[in-house]
Amino acid sequence: MPVDISLNVNGKAVSAQVEDRTLLVELLRENLRLTGTHVGCDTSQCGACVVHVDGRSVKACTMLARQAQGAAVTTIEGLAEDGKLHPMQEAFRENHGLQCGFCTPGMVMSALDLVARNPDPSGAEVREWLEGNLCRCTGYHNIVKSILAGANAMRGGS
Amino acid sequence: MYAFNYHRPETLEAASAALAAAADGQVLAGGQTLIPTLKQRLANPSDVIDLGGIAGLGGVRREGDAIVVGAMTRHAEVASSAEVRNAIPALAALADCIGDPQVRNAGTIGGSIANADPAADYPAAVVGLGATVRTGRRTIAGDDFFTGLFETALEEGEIVLSVSFPVPRRAAYAKFPNPASRYAVVGVMVAETASGVRVAVTGAGGHAFRVGAMESALGASFTPEAIRDVAVSPDGLNEDIHASAEYRAHLVGVMARRAVAAAAGG
Ligand SMILES: Cc1cc2nc3c(=O)[nH]c(=O)nc-3n(C[C@H](O)[C@H](O)[C@H](O)COP(=O)(O)OP(=O)(O)OC[C@H]3O[C@@H](n4cnc5c(N)ncnc54)[C@H](O)[C@@H]3O)c2cc1C
Ligand code: FES
Ligand code: FES
Repeated sequence: MPVDISLNVNGKAVSAQVEDRTLLVELLRENLRLTGTHVGCDTSQCGACVVHVDGRSVKACTMLARQAQGAAVTTIEGLAEDGKLHPMQEAFRENHGLQCGFCTPGMVMSALDLVARNPDPSGAEVREWLEGNLCRCTGYHNIVKSILAGANAMRGGS
Repeated sequence: MYAFNYHRPETLEAASAALAAAADGQVLAGGQTLIPTLKQRLANPSDVIDLGGIAGLGGVRREGDAIVVGAMTRHAEVASSAEVRNAIPALAALADCIGDPQVRNAGTIGGSIANADPAADYPAAVVGLGATVRTGRRTIAGDDFFTGLFETALEEGEIVLSVSFPVPRRAAYAKFPNPASRYAVVGVMVAETASGVRVAVTGAGGHAFRVGAMESALGASFTPEAIRDVAVSPDGLNEDIHASAEYRAHLVGVMARRAVAAAAGG
């Protein structure tokens, strides 16, 4: 039996009807049509579904929608402002940090959690942090480069 | 996923009552094991009781000579807690090597030890540091908590509230991680405590176990050399696609020596 839940997604109050077993990622993609959050594996291993819940990066495929009742959720759609890409998104574009782009939303959301904790990470720290984000295309090198450039831009560097 | 009824009680009493009333109830903590299990239809509970709404089950505090970690404390909180890093850096380091950042942002210590995966990291700390597990009904010594493969001393409906880790003189955890999952192929916690040296192994057997011969050798001399000739038998150790029993037995020695070197040096 569907129940009503309410939460904040990308700064807006939303409510939706979900089943008890609905996953957060299903709520985002199917009810709210925020399809930027991807499902790569559905077995909690790839990180394509990473979003922020109350400021922490988590796998949206490994959380029930009802667990997010009252929470503040940020998805990849919540980053750009007034049509201008977030510096981390811009860095991925500039540094060829994506090929097919399937892993990219999760990479960006994961990277932003890292930079929130550690504004000036080393390349090794970025690689270690990406343990839970798999990419089938790039070989990671340009993803790491993008995240370092994004972190630099967020610190106000050029 | 099969359908179930979701509950989010705000008190422990309400959670226990919901569990008792359910035909087949299961508590939900960080969901990092339970939700994948439900998605694979390997479990079919009638009711899922989320502990996330109960205040006071999370957080780290110092109590005398022990660090007490609430059941709902996430791995990332243990890893970054100043209290834990000061008193038991080995425990913070152990929490920091569990899975990946997103697993550490959701998974909890209570869920990890209740699940008792033979390759999980926390069991090495619970046994190796001589911890005590407090539940809604009693306290259970760390040595008696893990009883088999995914088996614990917890009774039907018993909820873990916290784990109390006595502060050791020195300790270190060394882990040989599976390169894909990060679970321990073998992990060893070595601790020098007020009541002697403890050596606890996870990943190698059905559940975490102590190595008495290493403990007495290290009691005499806390050096990697002291345990160089202590052989661990592969009999009864885990054997799977990741490693043979012989390899795991060998890794117990290697990881134990690394842990001793780290504890003695730090
Ligand atoms: C990709 C991935 C990699 C991982 N790598 C590692 C690793 O390297 N090392 C490692 O140790 N673990 C690893 N894990 C497991 C992770 O640590 C889980 O968080 C942990 O095993 C379960 O904790 P949870 O809070 O998520 O519990 P849940 O999944 O919510 O619950 C697990 C079980 O415990 C029961 N339970 C939960 N809380 C309580 C309680 N307070 N009292 C009684 N019963 C309770 C539940 O009913 C359920 O049966 C990994 C998981 C994933 C998805
Ligand atoms: S879809 Fe969530 S981790 Fe892969
Ligand atoms: S760019 Fe294709 S999976 Fe990463």
